[in-house]
Amino acid sequence: MIHNDVTNLYSSAAMTEETLKKLKILTESAKYDVSCSSSGTVRSNTRGGLGNTVGGIGICHSFADDGRCISLLKTMLTNSCMYDCAYCINRRSNDIPRATFSVRELVELTIEFYRRNYIEGLFLSSGVVRNPDYTMERLVAVVKDLRTIHRFNGYIHLKSIPGASRELVNEAGKYADRMSVNIEIPNECSLKLLAPEKDFKSVYEPMAYIQQQTLASKEERKLFRHAPRFVPAGQSTQMIVGATPDHDRDILRLSSALYARPTMRRVYYSGYIHVNTYDTRLPMLKQPPLVRENRLYQADWLLRFYQFKVDEIVDDANPDLDLEIDPKLAWALRHPEVFPVDINKAPYELILRVPGIGVKSATLIVNSRRFNRINSSHLKKMGVVMKKAKYFITCGELMSPTVNELRPENVRRLLTPSTSKRRDDHQLQLPLFHD
Amino acid sequence: MLTVVFDAYARRSFPQAIQGTDEPLPLFYDEVHPVITDEAKAGRVWKALEKKLSKDALSCLTVSYLSELPELDLHLFRYICKNIDSPVSLENNLADDDILFVTNTFRKVLYERLRMMQFIRFQKAADGTYFGIMEPQYNVLPLAIAHFKDRFADQPFVLYDKRRHYGYYYDQHEVTQVTFDESLPHFVTGKLDESLMADDEKLFQELWRTYFKAVCIRDRLNPRKQRKDMPVRYWKYLTEKNK
Ligand code: SF4
Repeated sequence: MIHNDVTNLYSSAAMTEETLKKLKILTESAKYDVSCSSSGTVRSNTRGGLGNTVGGIGICHSFADDGRCISLLKTMLTNSCMYDCAYCINRRSNDIPRATFSVRELVELTIEFYRRNYIEGLFLSSGVVRNPDYTMERLVAVVKDLRTIHRFNGYIHLKSIPGASRELVNEAGKYADRMSVNIEIPNECSLKLLAPEKDFKSVYEPMAYIQQQTLASKEERKLFRHAPRFVPAGQSTQMIVGATPDHDRDILRLSSALYARPTMRRVYYSGYIHVNTYDTRLPMLKQPPLVRENRLYQADWLLRFYQFKVDEIVDDANPDLDLEIDPKLAWALRHPEVFPVDINKAPYELILRVPGIGVKSATLIVNSRRFNRINSSHLKKMGVVMKKAKYFITCGELMSPTVNELRPENVRRLLTPSTSKRRDDHQLQLPLFHD
Repeated sequence: MLTVVFDAYARRSFPQAIQGTDEPLPLFYDEVHPVITDEAKAGRVWKALEKKLSKDALSCLTVSYLSELPELDLHLFRYICKNIDSPVSLENNLADDDILFVTNTFRKVLYERLRMMQFIRFQKAADGTYFGIMEPQYNVLPLAIAHFKDRFADQPFVLYDKRRHYGYYYDQHEVTQVTFDESLPHFVTGKLDESLMADDEKLFQELWRTYFKAVCIRDRLNPRKQRKDMPVRYWKYLTEKNK
């Protein structure tokens, strides 16, 4: 399968009309995995090689009609699968067209798309065929070919197959920028119910391999500068939201625990899409829970960039995020005693807690106030959302009443969009029958 | 611009407006001082700025200039003067209108550079050269070229700014500035004619369009977000948005 013919780099013999059909099938099958921004690695090109990665959040090359960023060629080696996970479109009991790419087709698609500036790199996953290691081996062949034969320096995200062996995970990590193992369901009982062939062990074990190997390689690189890097962009995972009765509290506690691990960079949340309508273990959702998904991402940002603790966002009294207002505003309304915050005096951490002030504007405020007193017109120019912030701050002449004078419930009413119409279709609707 | 600053200090007279020589004069004016770019004068002003401003602020000045916005000139002029007059750098004082305007312009230009990096599409021509064309809002080609040269080091390419009628050609060693006869069909439409394409070009365009369609989740259609992140003005040259 692996071709060593370097001179054959530009030949497109592997590409045919058949490839077109496969690409359609395998992309349709891969698209529900949302964990696919390219980020984190900086790698400049090597002499005579192709590609670099730019670090930061990576480049979105296009935006699909669903508004999502297209940064990577997100596809699968095969969508045939011997497992039967209830939430997955590729489960073996589904009657859908199946296809399998050859290693060469995948390599060539990646390179040729990359050369045309369509993509930043490859995001590759696969259904499980024969056994986890057999599948993993072929995934490794693709990334190894790209890096060693084609000297490809673009971004590669590889999904590790649950249950794959440590050796193969270690081999893959030499070539991939990021690896991920999806948790999918934040609670082991629900996971076992929906994905009988999986358990937490099959997810956490490869995660642990990746972590150990990453840390080992970091140590080694302290001693030998040219020791190989191991998944330099760390690992990520994904949880499906709304397929089980789990609360946002359960999801976010798990995320927070995962972020405490040294190599976990991102947790993605994927609003459940009812792809297998016949399966009664799953809730009937008319629409994917997009608002809830969005609130989870906002909460995730609070954990990562706003110095929030998970218990400040959700707790046993508030196990789910408020769908009407964002989690930062919700926190502020539960804690009026913290406000108003004096923009000209308060420490950065406190300014960051003001609804309507983001990381960027908080930094600008702290930098600029050394030169002038900041007033509300400055704040506007720095990108502060005054409509929200005005209830929570004092700054010189600003006259609006604060959250304490107005009372939190009234501020809440003022800041809740009046068109919160379709609220109920985002709520979890439990199935009528459990099996 | 730097010569303008030098002349203003030398003459102890500070302008109310700065104009290109081809612009009409305003209705009321007291005095017009024509400025002729002078490397030596400009160099002295730049040296003075280098002593005071951080590297980031210096690149903010040069990058914002590529916006080619006529309103920028006076703000930029005052940005420079204020910093020359002040004992410390004022670059972080965004409460100042001039500093804020220049800094915001700087950000907009960098954003347009990013958009070029995002939305340029190359088409492979029969001779192996990759051809990319765009009409960026600001003059960002000089800022973006290093990225493309590093990324596509092993492929010859042309990057063309049709709005400003120039581009760069990279031959796998060096980058040279080029201009073309823009009445050629692929400069008019942005699309290489099939007769000029490499053999597999058509297939890969088709593959990309197929991918673009297949990756969309139809339960989540969101054209508003699509247009916000990828404004329609870029669509003309996007392979996936054109047949
Ligand atoms: S193992 Fe993966 S591809 Fe197979 S059914 Fe489960 S989620 Fe789908």
